[in-house]
Amino acid sequence: MRLLGLKTFRHGVHPPEEKSETRDLPIRQFPFAPVLAIPLSQHLGRPSRPVVRDGEKVTRGQCIAEADGDLSVPMHAPASGRIVRVAPMPSISGRMVDGIFLEPQPGSTQETLEGEPCPLEGSSPEEILRAIQDAGIVGLGGAAFPTHIKLRIPEGGSADALIINGAECEPYLTTDHRVMLEQREDVFTGIRYVLAASGAERAIIAVEANKPDAAAHLREGLPGDLPVSVEVLPVKYPQGAEKMLIGALLGRKVPPGRLPIDVHALCVNVATCAEIGRLLPHGRGIQERVVTVTGPAVRRKGNYRVPIGTPLRFLLEQVGVSDAVSRVFLGGPMMGAAASSLDISITKGTSGVVAFEASEAERTHQRVYPCIRCGYCVDACPMFLNPAQLGVLARNEEFERMAEEHDLLACFECGSCSFVCPSHIPLVQSFRMAKAAVRKARAG
Amino acid sequence: MTSASRTLEIRTSPHFVSGHDVGVIMFNVVLALLPTVAFAIWAFGLAALFTLSAAVASCLATEWVACRATGREATLGDNSVLITGILYGLTLPPSCPVWIVALGGVVAVGLGKSMFGGLGLNPFNPALVGRAFLQAAFPVAMTTFSAPFGADRFGSLPAATLALPFSRPTLDATSGATPLARWKFGGELTEANELALGLVGGSTGETCAILIALGGLYLIVRNMMSWRIPVAMLGTVALASAALHALAPETHAPARFMLFSGGLMLGATFMATDMVASPVTHLGCWIYGALIGVIVVIIRAWGAMPEGVMYAILLGNAASPLIDRAIQPRVFGGAGGGSGP
Repeated sequence: MRLLGLKTFRHGVHPPEEKSETRDLPIRQFPFAPVLAIPLSQHLGRPSRPVVRDGEKVTRGQCIAEADGDLSVPMHAPASGRIVRVAPMPSISGRMVDGIFLEPQPGSTQETLEGEPCPLEGSSPEEILRAIQDAGIVGLGGAAFPTHIKLRIPEGGSADALIINGAECEPYLTTDHRVMLEQREDVFTGIRYVLAASGAERAIIAVEANKPDAAAHLREGLPGDLPVSVEVLPVKYPQGAEKMLIGALLGRKVPPGRLPIDVHALCVNVATCAEIGRLLPHGRGIQERVVTVTGPAVRRKGNYRVPIGTPLRFLLEQVGVSDAVSRVFLGGPMMGAAASSLDISITKGTSGVVAFEASEAERTHQRVYPCIRCGYCVDACPMFLNPAQLGVLARNEEFERMAEEHDLLACFECGSCSFVCPSHIPLVQSFRMAKAAVRKARAG
Repeated sequence: MTSASRTLEIRTSPHFVSGHDVGVIMFNVVLALLPTVAFAIWAFGLAALFTLSAAVASCLATEWVACRATGREATLGDNSVLITGILYGLTLPPSCPVWIVALGGVVAVGLGKSMFGGLGLNPFNPALVGRAFLQAAFPVAMTTFSAPFGADRFGSLPAATLALPFSRPTLDATSGATPLARWKFGGELTEANELALGLVGGSTGETCAILIALGGLYLIVRNMMSWRIPVAMLGTVALASAALHALAPETHAPARFMLFSGGLMLGATFMATDMVASPVTHLGCWIYGALIGVIVVIIRAWGAMPEGVMYAILLGNAASPLIDRAIQPRVFGGAGGGSGP
């Protein structure tokens, strides 16, 4: 469907954008923390296996943990220094995970160790996918799904269109925006790699209309020999969700429980694509990522290139936060996860750090009314579910019925229903619990 | 961030909320009703003021007592009962005895809302439950209408207003039949512009179609009311009335008369659109509105009473859960019927 001539999806919501304070701030390098804590489980799939010992000296870019099988990626040292220990550390999910604690060498020049380059010319799709895995690349948009798995075309399948996701529909975040402005050539190089690896014929870079400078910048530099176009989409949440993008740009609907490749499409986040283009020619691994650090409680807001493993506490100390800070979450405000501890680290999936003060937090502490069946949630849900009905069933703990009769598992937890609910009912929150309960029941 | 004792609050996303709020929506409905209320008092004077005040007071008092008695949190603050009270008052004849108004208010909120568990759980529009009870129990009082713009409307009350409970109803000298009754029982047609401007007799708040529609437009613009329900309802009434009129002009009034007479405009705008008692999907709202419209036309054309909006909406309310059951949104990318993309 189209809105004012621009392609988009039906339903969705319009949260305040809140990007103005960081959108024009160039990416700046973030300093090394005294100790970096690198969790071995930063991605979906099996945790990496450490290949370093306590006390071992490592060089920046060196592989410090290897992939444990296919559905896993390696980790690289974000800094030259000494391994302090391998020990459990807190993670954003609240669970303890194993992590490698690394003490960066003071005053080090921090030269990066390079591995085997993966040349664009002459590499087979398998070699490119292997190089992507070896670089430790996962979806940087937040999902942290191993990119080499995502790009692998299943037996008998094929991809014709590659969507590079620069929608960045989450409020506050300007990471992808800055990457498109500052790493245009990396993005194009990344597209070349991904097209070669997947066999897709063309690429579309999707940008929301609130980033006209990024769209113009990309269009100006489009290489003549690359089958790529730039599409501007209306500002609407969750425009950046894979299924919404594919529906808007290609007019194809990914059925519930299926993947984009089932409709011959691939979707890669623009920052992930830029990392592929930046790292593969040099055989490097991911050591850092761009993070938008913002929110009313943050003093020096900005877009920072932050070493992986930087503790949240150090990051917030460096940028300065107000004393009234009451909530910190990683990712955007619609889908991000609240930090329960400042001892968690910035990982490959951390696109933003947003800190709220108590006053903002209170806005969401509203009294919960009964459902008045206004239908706002029904009009908001991009998956065309009936959140009002699901909410009633969730309250009665009829989880299996939610899945069987009301497509609960199609919910990708965008939060639009909770956002619009005038009764302040925690809809998506209860769907998350219901999904977990259904999966557990079905697994057991 | 140096202090280790800082407390961070953990909640799951979304960490943002829109400004939507039940209390705010309800407050805006009250705002949208104010022009109609003001016109009612201007047209019917003290009688309307007494009727509306008694209606609101009895509804609020019933809600307060019901919350106390059941141990529920007091819900007067969400303004929903205030709306019930105003709407209920607007549907009554302006000269309705105050004691009857108060009794109906108790029924409206007590049986129409509290009994089902309060806000969000009423299957029927509570105001109409109260009115339906009065229609059945006090047919004379409910069909005695005073003419608008009486010369002494701000100086004196109709004798009926302060009648003692269960006394014989007094018939007012100035009583005037409503346009629908005049058509039904006398074949006399009122001009549409008189109806739209509210220069006619009728229930306290149903006479000025223009101000009612204005309030509805305000709510539609603010996305606080389904526009599909009134459009479906009025459209169905217009089409069906026009068709009947074309077939038998002597027995069936023209569409313009049907649209602007009686409680249709008030019902379509503020009663049928009660969020709780209407369907949630767009297609469901179209079906629901059209269903009510058809019933209105049937009752008006062939019923014993001149007016049928109230019963039509109550029947629509009854059908609403079934409509919601039948019309579910169709999941994105899924197969099957429904109102999906």
